[in-house]
Amino acid sequence: MDAFILQILNGLDKGSAYALIALGLTLIFGTLGVVNFAHGALFMIGAFCAVTLQKIFGISFQTIDDTQTDFLGNPLKVDTPYIEAWFGPEMGMAIQDWSVPLAILLVIPVMFFLGWVMERGLIKHFYSRPHADQILVTFGLAIVVGELIKAFYGANPIQTPAPDMFLGTVDVGAWLGMDSGAVAYPKWRMVYFAFSLVTIGAVFAFLQFTTFGMVVRAGMADRETVGLLGIDIDKRFTFMFGLAAAVAGMAGVMYTPILSPHYNIGMDFLVLSFVVVVVGGMGSLPGAVLAGFMLGILQSFASMNEVKAVIPGIDQIIIYLVAIIILLTRPRGLMGRKGVMEE
Amino acid sequence: MLGLNSRDFKLFIVVCLMALAAPILLNPFPTASALGESFNAGYPALMQRFVIFGILVIGFNILFGLTGYLSFGHAAFLGVGSYAAVWMFKLLSYNVVPAIILSVIVAGLFAVVIGYVSLRRSGIYFSILTLAFAQMSYQLAYSVFTPLTNGETGLQVYNDDPQILMGANSPTSPHFFGLEMNSQYTLDISGWSFVFQNGYYLSAIFLILGFYLSIRIFRSPTGLMLRAIKSNQTRMSYTGINTKPYMLAAFVISGMYAGLAGGLLAAMDPLTGAERMFWTASGEIVVMAILGGVGTLIGPVLGAGIIKYLENIVSKINDSILHQWFAFMPDWLEGVLVTIIHPFIGKGWHLTLGLLFMAVVIFLPGGLVQGGQKIGGLFRRKKTDDAADGAKTPAE
Repeated sequence: MDAFILQILNGLDKGSAYALIALGLTLIFGTLGVVNFAHGALFMIGAFCAVTLQKIFGISFQTIDDTQTDFLGNPLKVDTPYIEAWFGPEMGMAIQDWSVPLAILLVIPVMFFLGWVMERGLIKHFYSRPHADQILVTFGLAIVVGELIKAFYGANPIQTPAPDMFLGTVDVGAWLGMDSGAVAYPKWRMVYFAFSLVTIGAVFAFLQFTTFGMVVRAGMADRETVGLLGIDIDKRFTFMFGLAAAVAGMAGVMYTPILSPHYNIGMDFLVLSFVVVVVGGMGSLPGAVLAGFMLGILQSFASMNEVKAVIPGIDQIIIYLVAIIILLTRPRGLMGRKGVMEE
Repeated sequence: MLGLNSRDFKLFIVVCLMALAAPILLNPFPTASALGESFNAGYPALMQRFVIFGILVIGFNILFGLTGYLSFGHAAFLGVGSYAAVWMFKLLSYNVVPAIILSVIVAGLFAVVIGYVSLRRSGIYFSILTLAFAQMSYQLAYSVFTPLTNGETGLQVYNDDPQILMGANSPTSPHFFGLEMNSQYTLDISGWSFVFQNGYYLSAIFLILGFYLSIRIFRSPTGLMLRAIKSNQTRMSYTGINTKPYMLAAFVISGMYAGLAGGLLAAMDPLTGAERMFWTASGEIVVMAILGGVGTLIGPVLGAGIIKYLENIVSKINDSILHQWFAFMPDWLEGVLVTIIHPFIGKGWHLTLGLLFMAVVIFLPGGLVQGGQKIGGLFRRKKTDDAADGAKTPAE
């Protein structure tokens, strides 16, 4: 039983990331009808915003401390981050410690802007072109972004730890009345899961309960009619692209303590997220979220030793296998709508 | 001639000549000169890659160019072909004939299975299904199939392998009935040295055969049917034609081309690894096809050649070479230029590739062939009497 719960929990954080990226992909696809192969790159840019902020907080100046000497007997040089000089040592340390959550504040405007620029500057010109061209140009963009990141930050993963408060584990087993220590779950993954639920909830609430969201939903259902009613639907769809980029960016920022970001992280997630979108059903937001969590959990179950003993290698391929089975038995995916991408 | 119309025949002859004379044509600069060291491409290892990837992309083009089905998992067939060939080396002998035959057959069978499943869906679903299959093969090659693929070490021939057909005097590297693949003949003519290698010529012959076959397929009734599928599949179904066998045939043929390329790669260098199946490798195939010109005959060969050539040159250039080039400029300008170009050269080759690829997709969806035709069109409009101009632009 405890192993069972542990696997579900393990699947949740990965599933959260899949769900968030797939949600953005579906938003873009549902509104603009574009297959965005660069969405993984947006996730990665988000992750590297966290890295950048951490580096900025670390910028320091040198002073010579005459009271201390280093091992050669020279006066000791002390590096003081500017942030500590300005806000005092305690506050400065705290800010550095919290750089990952603080990066959320940075990433929302940055990603929103990038998404807006990307849509207006590049994607806009591809609406009338075949889907293959959209895939190809965004694929090219993904290569370029990945390589730029590599050029600036190097090819090695960069550690971005979570705040000290969230290090260590939560004893989930004890909450459920089991032996303490039976099910221990890292705190930050718990945070990530909660964060993703909040974000997903916020996106759905935005679409469901605001006038803006209502118009967007109407546009997703019938773009032409909404346009004929005198509403500038293009502008709203551009906003949705920015929103999707911001969601991907936030997912990236929060994921950095779980997996140190490197220049290929976007591609790794993209391939899986596409599979998630297809399983959930192209253009269905609840489908994307559901499939994201489902596949994350399935993947973590498949990596249990008991399962691997029966079917070796299943943990590596389970997601693809599920995708193939779903596509062949339920071609529209779990919750796909009729008439989406069926030409 | 040879069942081709005169235009296609001309193109075919041009490709034959280019392929056979490549060791000379690709060495325009004296070998020891600075230009020669940077820009010459006439050495066997690189020329092999030109033709092998040419074969691969010709096959990819039969699928994507004719039917419009974008496969994002083509590298899987290449990888499978390579594994099959290396296994033949391990089990029988270093003779390349059984290796290449088996690699084509295995890749073909693989393509039948994957194609049968993937072709039930079209559009983006097809792309994602093929991608999923390729990623699955890649992951499996690293995990469960390690006894077959030797995992991360990569598959290679060891001394204690059976090699049952290996005679006492057989060569210990891949050979074609005794003609060793890596043996070569060097011709030195006053500063130029031209290298003619057996392995290159074997691959070139396969390229010529593959190119011929692809022209025949393009011009055949089946080819016409495939184009019809691209323009309107629904209508094809309404007229009572079952399109599935045609699609599957195209998919399997294109998979077999990839298998042949994989087998040849192994024949040039008898080792292989799962990274050949990684999805970036599949992406590279797509890039080559798009860059050259999808749906044209010569495009794939051009695309593969240009990408591999640029990869080779761009990765070789470094800052000191740049400084040499810009030495005639004022120092500050030189510094600025070198700093600007620096991210794009050497290790930055993939960045250049990505930008090039985007530029082609955005501005020239028909690839370089279309670009050539546009330029050719400009010339023809300017001087209509000059008919000879048309011959310079590729036939398709």
